[in-house]
Amino acid sequence: MKGSTLPFDGTPEQEKELRQKLAELKTKPGALMPAMQFAQGLYGYLPYEVQCIIAEELNVTLSEVYGVATFYSQFSLYPKGKYQIGICLGTACYVNGSQAVYEKLQQLLGIHSGECTADRLFGLDATRCVGCCGMAPVMTVNNDVYGKIKPDEVEGILAKYRERD
Amino acid sequence: MINLKINNIPVCIEDGSTVLEAARSIGIKIPTLCHLKGISELGACRVCVVEVKGMRNLVAACEYPVTEGMEVFTNTERVLNSRKTTIELILSDHRKDCLSCERNTNCELQRLSHKYACDSHRFAGSTRDFVFDDSTDYLIRDNSKCILCRRCIAVCKRQQGVGVIGANERGFSTHVACPFDMKLANTPCVGCGQCINVCPTGALQEKEEITRVREALSNPGKYVVVGYAPSVRAALAESFDLSLGTNCQGKINTALRYLGFDKVFDVNCSADFTIMEEANELVERIKTGGKLPMFTSCCPGWINHIQKNYPELLDNLSSCKSPQQMFGALIKHVFSKIAKIDPRDLFVVTVMPCTAKKGEKNRTFTDGLADVDAVLTTRELSALCKENGILLNELPDSETDRPFGEFSGAGAIFGATGGVMEAALRTAASILDPNARFSPVEFSEVRGLAGVKSASYTIAGQKINVAVVNGLNSVNKICESVKQGESDYQFIEVMTCPGGCVMGGGQPIRATIVRHKAEIAAARAGVLYSADKSMYTRRSHDNASLQKIYSDYIGDACGENAHKLLHTHYCALPKYVKE
Repeated sequence: MKGSTLPFDGTPEQEKELRQKLAELKTKPGALMPAMQFAQGLYGYLPYEVQCIIAEELNVTLSEVYGVATFYSQFSLYPKGKYQIGICLGTACYVNGSQAVYEKLQQLLGIHSGECTADRLFGLDATRCVGCCGMAPVMTVNNDVYGKIKPDEVEGILAKYRERD
Repeated sequence: MINLKINNIPVCIEDGSTVLEAARSIGIKIPTLCHLKGISELGACRVCVVEVKGMRNLVAACEYPVTEGMEVFTNTERVLNSRKTTIELILSDHRKDCLSCERNTNCELQRLSHKYACDSHRFAGSTRDFVFDDSTDYLIRDNSKCILCRRCIAVCKRQQGVGVIGANERGFSTHVACPFDMKLANTPCVGCGQCINVCPTGALQEKEEITRVREALSNPGKYVVVGYAPSVRAALAESFDLSLGTNCQGKINTALRYLGFDKVFDVNCSADFTIMEEANELVERIKTGGKLPMFTSCCPGWINHIQKNYPELLDNLSSCKSPQQMFGALIKHVFSKIAKIDPRDLFVVTVMPCTAKKGEKNRTFTDGLADVDAVLTTRELSALCKENGILLNELPDSETDRPFGEFSGAGAIFGATGGVMEAALRTAASILDPNARFSPVEFSEVRGLAGVKSASYTIAGQKINVAVVNGLNSVNKICESVKQGESDYQFIEVMTCPGGCVMGGGQPIRATIVRHKAEIAAARAGVLYSADKSMYTRRSHDNASLQKIYSDYIGDACGENAHKLLHTHYCALPKYVKE
């Protein structure tokens, strides 16, 4: 089964809020996309449990919800990490070796782009240009930017955030 | 009316028609791959493109509406080149094991590829990672042959109201699968197999059981008994180039003997047993104030559907096993006594128009023995005959064996929508009014292909309202009304497939052109109704073999033994199982 394997940690309050919104949207044509956007805003991602609620309330099939969720890249099946890492695979970063940094990150975290670690501490995104090509290759962690990064520096940076937590 | 020209030929056609329909009306066939009239009309495959004067781009004829004065060209150089390239692009990502593919010579992609002289290796390049799903007992999805036409998605959702498959992801990664790429077995798929019947290629197939049947037939320690469903005789002929609507019952009996089955029986016979039990159960419920309306329980797709979607209605379901499961139970526990064979040495095979029956065979056991051991679809029987060099159309007719080969006209019509209802009413009428000099035999109101048919009958002063539903999309509406307590019916027949079992997911696959042109359901059902009409015994309870078996081995219908052998129970199941 595709999607996050992390246990679903939605609260009853979130579910109540979602169902209320869905009841309101249900009467309007084309309710599915706004419903999914709202749900992603509420939970940060669209896990199986949330997609089931959307399908049930809007009276559409789970297949339709999942089809839309995987068609548009703005929707995510995986939660974000507390520290969301972006590694730029844009042209300038790529020719300066960002692929090797990306591979190192995948190896150290045990996840691929779009996913999140089991402790939800780190999320990983392979991104397009982040707009500071002079510093290529570039890696970001939330709002911190790391330029001219080398694969063997990655471990130390991750450790810094682990300690902080 | 709209006037237009197609290839300079004037055409006059109703407003709202498509270019495809306009062309068909004057005898010009525009090729299609994704189009299925009334079900899938989204212009996804681009094989039906045509040139329209004044338009910059080619348009998809299947969805493009006709306009006044339009000039259409269906076979220009540009059109032919475009079609050819489209097919070659589809072929570039298609596993081309055509020589041994189940759909060889009956594949729409193959036909088009041949027609347009396509080079199947013109665009060699990357191929997708393919989903292969064999998680259920009845169906295999092999996406290496999927061309993304989405007919299966449309038929599952729009015709059947099930909707367990969809197009996941986008671009080159697009693939047809269940949500979250779950296994089909963990979804509310009912197993109807309608998706197989509309697949233009070999991406969807039944799970084959020919191998197991062949093994049993060559095992000297096994006594192999076969029975075939009503609808098989109404359709098998189509696989042997005989005309639509040919009854090949006598030839099937001969073919099954040629194949080496030790006894050839008829599921029409156990259908008579089903009616004995079901009609008595209905009368009992009406007389004692039991749960009404009562739903029929012959259709395994319907059973899957109600267990997963309407568990609150399970008490409305008749407790009767289906004719297939009754057949197995009767063979293993009654025939074994008649023939003095250890039931463990019996191997029971049924031939069915249905894929869900393959799943159903694992539903019921009697005294620790599976009622049925293997289920072949009509298509598999045809393949088995062909593999054994049996020329069905040249075979002499022969009779079934006794006693489980004798049946009434009521058993014969089980395969058509309304057939179970009519058969049950024939028997119920005579239970309710045993002294009547005349008991009705034909209940024509419940015949025909409408999604929902209803009728009222007064039998022995008792008014009975009945409904007959076919196609699960119509079923959902009825279930909702029963749930809300708005239904005034006493008895409801449900068949998953539109038209009933004659249109089941295990029947011979007909090309789209045949589906659009011929009334396949009516022709196949016609076989069953004429068989019924030509019979002397038309009511299940008049079947002499059945009467003898009840009196010698079972006792009363719906009695203690009958319950042990011929009834079952149902449980609620979750819609989706998270993996």
